[in-house]
Amino acid sequence: MKRIITASAFTVAATLAFAEDVAPDNVVFSEYGEVEASLSGQAGDPAAGLQIMVSRGKGNCIACHQVTALQEYPFHGDVGPILDGVGGYRTAEELRGILANPKMTFEGTIMPAFYRTSGFNRPGNAFTGKAAEGELAPLLTAQEIEDVVAYLQTLQD
Amino acid sequence: MKLLFRGGVVAGALFAALAAQADEEANLVINGDIEITVRTDAPEHVAQLGTIYSGWVFRSDETQSLQMDDFENPGMIFVDDAIDAWNTVDGTAGNSCAACHGEPESLAGVRAVYPKWNDEAEEVRTIAMQVNGCRTERMGAEAWKYDGKEMINMEALIASVSRGMPVDVAIDGPAQSMWELGREIYYTRFGQLDLSCANCHEDNYGNNIRSDHLSQGQINGFPTYRLKNAQLNGVQSRFRGCIRDTRGETYGVGVEELIALELYVASRGNGLSVEGPSVRN
Repeated sequence: MKRIITASAFTVAATLAFAEDVAPDNVVFSEYGEVEASLSGQAGDPAAGLQIMVSRGKGNCIACHQVTALQEYPFHGDVGPILDGVGGYRTAEELRGILANPKMTFEGTIMPAFYRTSGFNRPGNAFTGKAAEGELAPLLTAQEIEDVVAYLQTLQD
Repeated sequence: MKLLFRGGVVAGALFAALAAQADEEANLVINGDIEITVRTDAPEHVAQLGTIYSGWVFRSDETQSLQMDDFENPGMIFVDDAIDAWNTVDGTAGNSCAACHGEPESLAGVRAVYPKWNDEAEEVRTIAMQVNGCRTERMGAEAWKYDGKEMINMEALIASVSRGMPVDVAIDGPAQSMWELGREIYYTRFGQLDLSCANCHEDNYGNNIRSDHLSQGQINGFPTYRLKNAQLNGVQSRFRGCIRDTRGETYGVGVEELIALELYVASRGNGLSVEGPSVRN
């Protein structure tokens, strides 16, 4: 019983914490794939964004992108473009849209959508290989998307 | 080759961490005797690849060398186990594999043409299905588990006697509809990461995802001894792992979708040599 109460208390807390979030299915993309406003209603934290960029269990952005400023973290992939200076030539709105669902900006891209929960073929329960149960969670939360946007904006030439 | 070079040069220049790049120009000769074709012109049905490459090309020098001598190839231990099984009578008919086939070498060339349409069964059969066909229909023995230890070992033995022979899987005639299903699956995106086989293994081979050096996903080397899990791995189990890694709901081994995918992916390697049991990381 204790466990159930804890779980429900957590759910309530989580609901409150994310009350301001734009739900993944409600994100509005511009014609060119930009997302205008913060998904969490809050500003992003670039330091938290850096951790998300390099963490395998989070964004793991360096799995595919090279970032010279993150050289101390080993093994950068080269599937996607180098992100050096990206904060100088992409706006926050563009970056937010690309992170949330890059297919809205680059049709046919290999890049996964980090804030999308529907429209997948055979979605799984994380990396178990089993079918997903219930609603999918987005790969990153609304605030985590904002944190990564904030970090990327620090990447200036 | 251009694509491979570009990835290597950029990564090497920027990050010393990627120093353990494969020697992509190396050639493979096993036991100083069996010449393996690890790169050749792509077959017409995958002309977009230009050149096809064995997964061996993409591995580190150390991993590459393990496959050059059967005494260093851990997969060959399981071939020895399979030779014992080959000679062992099993089932109600009192037969062993050897009773009908003689020496394992009599099956030279078989691995090169599988998966293959079977007229009697009216289905495309993988080697595993054919082995179980033998066991249940001719030997009166129990079927082995698909991709189970006994089966993988036997597949390794059957592959080993075809090493050096060119993969030549038929994609037309009665196999065509399964081949087309396999092609459709190859280009279908799976899971929450929304990735198709082609996204990584056609569009990005030679590039790195974190420390994973992406190959063309050729299967001429299966069964494959992986250093990662220190055992022989079946190709359909590998497919399962890939779909799982897309955060997708995967398929069971031996189902129609994976048989079709195996046929299609095998055909993308027509012209490479049979290598199994190969060594990969």
